[in-house]
Formats: sequence, C-alpha cells, structure tokens
Amino acid sequence: MTKTMPKFLPWLLGSALTLGVSLAHAADTIKVGVLHSLSGTMAISETTLKDTVLMLIDAQNKKGGLLGKKLEAVVVDPASNWPLFAEKARELLQKDKVAAVFGCWTSVSRKSVLPVFEELNGILFYPVQYEGEESSKNVFYTGAAPNQQAIPAVDYLMNDLEVKRWVLAGTDYVYPRTTNKILEAYLKAKGVKAEDIMINYTPFGHSDWQSIVAEIKKFGAAGKKTAVVSTINGDANVPFYKELGNQGVSAQDIPVVAFSVGEEELSGIDTKPLVGHLAAWNYFMSIKDKSNDAFIKDWHAFIKNDKRVTNDPMEAHYIGFNMWVKAVEKAKTTDPDKVIDAMIGIEAPNLTGGVAKMLPNHHLTKPVYIGEIQADGQFDVVWQTKGLVEGDAWSDYLPGSKDIIADWTDPKIKCGNYNTVTKTCSSQNYK
Amino acid sequence: MPSRPLIRAGFLTLALAWLALLAIGPAHAADDAAARTLLAQLREADFSGKTALIEQLAALDHPRIATALKALADSRLYYQEAGNRVVIGSGDGADIAIEDAVSGAALGQISKRDLDRITTNNRLRTLIENRLASLGLASADPEQRKAAVEAFLKNPDPTESERLRARLSVETDSEIKELLAMSLALADLASPDAAVRVQGATTLGGQLRSELRGPLTKMAAEDNDSTAREAARIALARTQFRLQLLGWAETLFFGLSLGSVLILAAIGLAVTFGVMGVINMAHGELMMLGAYTTWLTQQYLPVNWSLPVAVPLAFLVAALVGIAIERSVIRFLYGRPLETLLATFGVSLILQQAVRSIFSPLNRSVASPDWMSGVIALGPLEVTLNRLIIIGFCIAVFALLWLALQRTRLGLEVRAVAQNRAMARAMGVRSARVDALTFGLGSGIAGVAGVALSQLTNVGPNLGQSYIVDSFMVVVFGGVGNLWGTMVAGLSLGIANKLLEPWSGAVLAKIVVLVFLILFIQKRPRGLFPQRGRAAEI
Repeated sequence: MTKTMPKFLPWLLGSALTLGVSLAHAADTIKVGVLHSLSGTMAISETTLKDTVLMLIDAQNKKGGLLGKKLEAVVVDPASNWPLFAEKARELLQKDKVAAVFGCWTSVSRKSVLPVFEELNGILFYPVQYEGEESSKNVFYTGAAPNQQAIPAVDYLMNDLEVKRWVLAGTDYVYPRTTNKILEAYLKAKGVKAEDIMINYTPFGHSDWQSIVAEIKKFGAAGKKTAVVSTINGDANVPFYKELGNQGVSAQDIPVVAFSVGEEELSGIDTKPLVGHLAAWNYFMSIKDKSNDAFIKDWHAFIKNDKRVTNDPMEAHYIGFNMWVKAVEKAKTTDPDKVIDAMIGIEAPNLTGGVAKMLPNHHLTKPVYIGEIQADGQFDVVWQTKGLVEGDAWSDYLPGSKDIIADWTDPKIKCGNYNTVTKTCSSQNYK
Repeated sequence: MPSRPLIRAGFLTLALAWLALLAIGPAHAADDAAARTLLAQLREADFSGKTALIEQLAALDHPRIATALKALADSRLYYQEAGNRVVIGSGDGADIAIEDAVSGAALGQISKRDLDRITTNNRLRTLIENRLASLGLASADPEQRKAAVEAFLKNPDPTESERLRARLSVETDSEIKELLAMSLALADLASPDAAVRVQGATTLGGQLRSELRGPLTKMAAEDNDSTAREAARIALARTQFRLQLLGWAETLFFGLSLGSVLILAAIGLAVTFGVMGVINMAHGELMMLGAYTTWLTQQYLPVNWSLPVAVPLAFLVAALVGIAIERSVIRFLYGRPLETLLATFGVSLILQQAVRSIFSPLNRSVASPDWMSGVIALGPLEVTLNRLIIIGFCIAVFALLWLALQRTRLGLEVRAVAQNRAMARAMGVRSARVDALTFGLGSGIAGVAGVALSQLTNVGPNLGQSYIVDSFMVVVFGGVGNLWGTMVAGLSLGIANKLLEPWSGAVLAKIVVLVFLILFIQKRPRGLFPQRGRAAEI
C-alpha cells in the first residue's frame, strides 16, 4: 500500500538524520539492512517496523547469532521520500554489503527500490499487505496478497452479513484502484449488478467527508443491506469514521470493513464511535496464542512501554526474519542466489498458532481473520478462514492477469510473470 | 487458572447466595438461577448459540436482564474465572470496577487481564437492541418509549406488531403515537396480503425519514403485485420534491461548514500574510501546536470541559511560539519575501520533527465532548452538531478578530503600520513591537483553529501540512490584506467544492476549484477584494 507523499521536505532532514551504523568488524558479522522511514509522513507506521527488526536481530544474537557470526543491523532513513528509497537501497547493498534488507511500506517505495534489488541481486522482505500483480526474484512478500485479505473479507460480508449493496471507497492511488478493480470484477462474477456497486475515490488526507457519508447513507437507503469496503488510506480514516459516527451511521446499519486500519492506527483514535466496524488482517494482537503472548511480552520489554500495540506488518517481519534465518542455515551461506533458492518451501511459525510457508511465487500461506473494533482499540475476531490461504501474486479476477502465474522453482518457468496461454515470460516487466 | 479450592469456594458462595435468595422468595430466586445459568452459557456459545441465549434471557422476567444485555451489547460483560461468575465492568484503563451481572452487587476493582470478555458482533447487537426496545416499550418514561419505537423503525420486526398495536391503543403522547403508527405501517409492508401492503405504503407516503425509504424502494422494485408496486412508487414520489430541496439544503450546509473550516485555517494567515506581508510557511504547524494543546488539556481535564479551556491555552501557546519565530527569524527578513518563505519553511520542519520527537510520530487521540457529538434537527434537516458548533465558533473568532483590529489601540497601530510603515513610525508607533504582536495575534488564531481541527481530523505531526495550501488559496483568492475577502473566499470555495463533489467526485472537485482559481488570479491578480490606494503599492 502507499501513503501520502510529502513533497521534497523530508529529503533535507532525511539525509541529515541518516543513521549509518559503524562499518567496523565487517568480517565477524552478518549485516542486515533496515530500510524504513524514520522521518516524514510514513514515520508513523514504519518506525515501529524498524524497532521490530532490531528486536528480532537482538533476540537472534542472544541465541548465538547466525552461522556462528553475530548479526548487525544497518539502519538507514529514506525519510518517506521514494527516490531516496532507491538511493538508500543501493547504499545498503553496495557500500554496506548487507545480506538481506527488511523494509518499505508503500507500494511506490517498493516499486522504487525494485530495479536496484534486481540489478545488484539483493534480497528484500516486504512486510505489508499490497495490491499484488508483482513477483520479483529478489523480493519476498510477507504481507497479504489481495486474495488473502480483500476477497475473504468480501466473502464474509456476502455470506454471513448478507450484504447486497457495496460501496468501494478508497484513496486515489495504486493500491485502492487495483484492489477495487479486483473486487469489482469479483462481485460482478458473483452476480452483483453494476447499480449495486458504488465506487468512490478521495484525495490523500481527505478530511471533509460530509457529502460522501451523506451519499453512502442515501445509497444504503435502498432496502438492501449495504456495506462499505474501505481501502481508505490510514490517515484519512479518522475523519471518515468520525463523520460516520456523527451522522448516526452505526456498524449495525452500514458496516465498514477496512484493509488499512490496524491496532497501531486505532491507538490514535477515540474508538468509541467505531465499535462494530470491521477490519480484515492475517493477525490481530487480541488473538490468544502462546507465541503471540510471548511476542507481545518481548515487544513490551524491548520498547520499554507496555502500552504499545502490535500489528499485522510486525507479524510479517517476524515470519520473514525467521524464514530468512532458516534459509541461511539451510544454505550455510548468505550468498543471495543460494538463499533465494533455499527460501522456497521454508516454513516458520506465525503468531496465531499456525505455520507460514514460502511459496514458489514468493508469497506466504496465511490465515485470514475478520475482527470487529472494540472500545479499547483492539479487535475481536468474528470470523476466520478454515485453513491457510495461499498468496496469489496475480489476481484470478482481472482480465489482464488471470492467465499469469509466478513460479521461481519450476525450471521450465522460473519467472515472476509467466503467461500460461502464450507460454511466455514477459521478463521482469511490471506495471 | 484458579486453584481448586478457589473454585470450590466460588461454588460455595454461589450456593449460599442461592440459598439466601431462596429465603427471600422462591419465584425470584428461580429467575436468578436461570439468569445465571443462561449468562454462564454465553461464554462458551458460538454466535448462533448466543442468539438463542439472548432470546431466552429476554424472555425471563428479571429486573437485571436489561442491564446485563445492554452491557453485552457494549462489550462490557465479562466472565470472571476466579469467581466463576458473569460480571459487568465499567470504567476505562487496565483496572476496571466490576459488579455481579445478576445481583448487581459491587465486586471492587480488578485487572482486565483477569477477565474474559464475552464477545459479541453486530448481529447480536441489533438483536439486543430490539429486545431491549420491546422491554422499553412499556416504560413510564416517554423518552425511553420513543427510543424503543425508533429502534423498531430501524429494524422492523413483524413478530412485535401485536405489542406495538397494543401500545398504540393506550399511548397518550402524540409524537410517539405517530411513530408507532409509522412502525406498524412499516411492518405491514412485509405482510403476505397485498392489500395490507398497499395500505401500509399509502400510510407511509410523504414521510421523510430515511428508514422508511429503503423498504419502500425495495417494494417499488421487487413486489410481485403490480398494485403494491404502484402504491410504493406513489408513496415515494410524494417525498421526491421535498427530498430534493432537503438535498440542496444539506449541500449548502456542508459547503458552509467546509467554508468555515477553511476560514478558520486561513484567518490567522490573513493577518500575518495579508496585513504584514509575511509568507509564513509554518502557519500550519502553529495550528498543529493548537491541536496538541487540546490533547494535552484533555490529559488533565474531563473531556466535556477541556475544549473551553483549550481555546485560550492554544491561543497563548501558538501566540508565544509565533512571537518567538518573529523575534528570532522573521524580523531580520522583512521585505525579502523569498527568504522569509524559505526560513519559515525550515521552522515548520523543525516544529514537525520536534513534535515527532517529543510526542512520538503516532497520532494522538483527541476525544469529542458529548455536547459536540450527534445530530440536531433544524426542521426536517438533520445537521451534525460538531459542524454546527464549528460554524458558530468560526463566526465568533472572525467577529473578535474584526473587533480587535477595528476597535482597539493595537488594531489601529497594526493597520497604520500595514498601510505605511514609515509614516506610522514618524507618528510614534513602535513598529517592531507592533510587528511582534501582530504576528503573535495571527499565530494565536492559528492555534485556536487547531482546537477546532482537532475535532475533525487527525492530531499528528502532519496536521499542518494538509491545511497550509488551502489557507494560502483562501487568502490569495479573497484579496491580500482584507479580512472580509478571506471570509467570502472561504465560504465560496467551500460551497463550490461541495456543489461539485457529488457531481464530479472529491478528487476532480478539488482540481476544478484549483483550475478556476488559477484562471481567476490571471484575470484579477489581487483577488476578490483588492486593496486600493497607496497601501496596495507597498
């Protein structure tokens, strides 16, 4: 997903604040790059992920490191500035020679670093749910693909809440546009008529939701159960939910299911008017499991604040990091080509009592949970998929991508966008 | 896990309590026991099991059931393993006060971690609301009866028709009578008899309530009886014209409210940029400081009282920061607009990062006081209270600023310096002091605007960035140096935006407004209300 784009301002600060960790003892340590914005607009979400990786590295070192060497974090600050992401990625790979990089949040930052990772043959772990339609040899997508979040959420609304009319509301950029395109095609395939789907886009940081909420209310007054599927960007959600509450639209009348609202976002909101609205994720802090309890305890101890919450992208980094450790142990080297090959099929426990497996298309198997927002800012799980859902890089519901698959193991395919009809690979050519 | 003796002790207490209740009266005690069993089953049941349990609970004639169900709907019903009982929690924080769900006896404070919340979902909440409504129908309090009927209007339930009809025959309050007739007619729409459906649709015709429109629209489209479809169509057509008028009034209100937010954000800038000619890029960050002041106030004061206190505090904080900026940076740069722009831009970055370091980059949650939430009916038009209050607040701020500039000595000096600095100095005005105070005034108003914004949007380090462009837009459009211009510009931009939005979507509406502004500035570079005379040339 992508968040608001600040103009040129964080650049000045970012370059000044970059934290280069010392270069000494290069031979005794394995370096791990952390590429998350610590200043600028995205700092709100990404700082937490930087701390998560530091915590995981710290824990691994206490267990004796990796291949007999200590892990060393190299933290850089791309300052929410997309071109700077590419520069910092190059710096990590060329100058610091890191073995793997954990980073990026927005889709545009990922697209910006992608050519660098492919050119220099690095490894990137990308921890956020995204719009799919991509599979790179050098990237492991540990967040959800659309079929691991959006589609199950719509299924839940359709089957359990008997929703007949749909509002697809999103912020105007690539993640919501692609997701809504997939959802619209999916809904139509399920027999929903075009007049029962309302699609609405708003600018970044939209704060005046009066007319849109009034419109949704009007759309919902047609005698059929209506729901809002929201791909609204994190920050614009607060005024949106506030307006819903103020205009008296409760979750019982028109439920909103969100794909970008998690525990961390809710910790900045007065959640009382939001109770009952939904979110779809692969992890919730409230899920009771031993590994989750231990993770939360470690997190509170590491960050020295027991009020901090955990969220889905943190779990993605947890899984991704452990998988990388296992792959390096299996390959007995940090050489990128060998680690990339070793990664496929690696299994690592997730935090909800299951096991995540790395698939040949560089996506994971994940459980999908639907949670209802509670007054304390946590989610109560009201529905979950029966088993694990395999991440699908190329959506089956879009005309352009339904014949395309990604497979990095099959020697006949070995690419990220293989067309099963024309039997060709259109090289590393992403939209 | 509690130890076995503890469980045994719990059972013993329960048994004793039960015995004690037996002594009071067998009927009541039996109810108590039944309520306890049903509530205890809630913990293990899945959602469909819970539905059945709620129905059984609602059927019990027990005085505490309403409270317990309400607590379940609010997610305040817990199971306490240590006491093997279902309790109702109240209060926020890690420790909450609990009371026994059935007896209502207070059980002291306990950590939330020792309690298992009994989960609920939207469907159960709706069910509970309906059951509570039917319990409230016989209440002596007309407000409760009204709320009960309103709940039926929202979720019509044909099985409750008889109860509603019985109530209608004894109801004395005319408003509730009308609502009851409406919900009965609404229930009639689901009747298998076409004639009853036609009768129901005819009764509902001409009513503006949105709850009624849905079922009627559905009936007009899907009913298999043609006369019923026609009746529903006629019923809907009767409201069409009034609905359209109402829609326009609504759009106008939305525009006014967006306009008032724009004015609030821009009016401080109208003072610093308009009157002093300083391009202050840190204006948005001064609003952000105002919003953070509101948050800090809420940490120490109850939410309902915090806003009136936050307004003067935010003014002071922002004004002091503003004066500090003026004294330390801007005063060296008067007459060099480009350098001012860059310098204040730097200040804005420093302020943002400072807030990020002090308060963390995460957004802060500012609660809305009760008196600012919900809707209020202005005739048939329902408007949201917070927006209405902000419109009023904007008018008040504007009037106060106007008075300050027109009626006070400082205002006179500000205007004098703005019109002709050299002459004002010659007349004995200390222009440096006036500059500092004017900048402080403009900044203070930005802080006050921040208090209003904290009620509408995120309070975080980026709050200012999202409003700075809009603020400049309003001031330039209105004409630099003219408060009335700012007012007219803010309102017209707000209304234009809201008129365009339903027609073009929010993204395009913003673009159209910007394109219009560009063309307008080409034609009239000095805005709507240009300053005339010599002052304009400086």
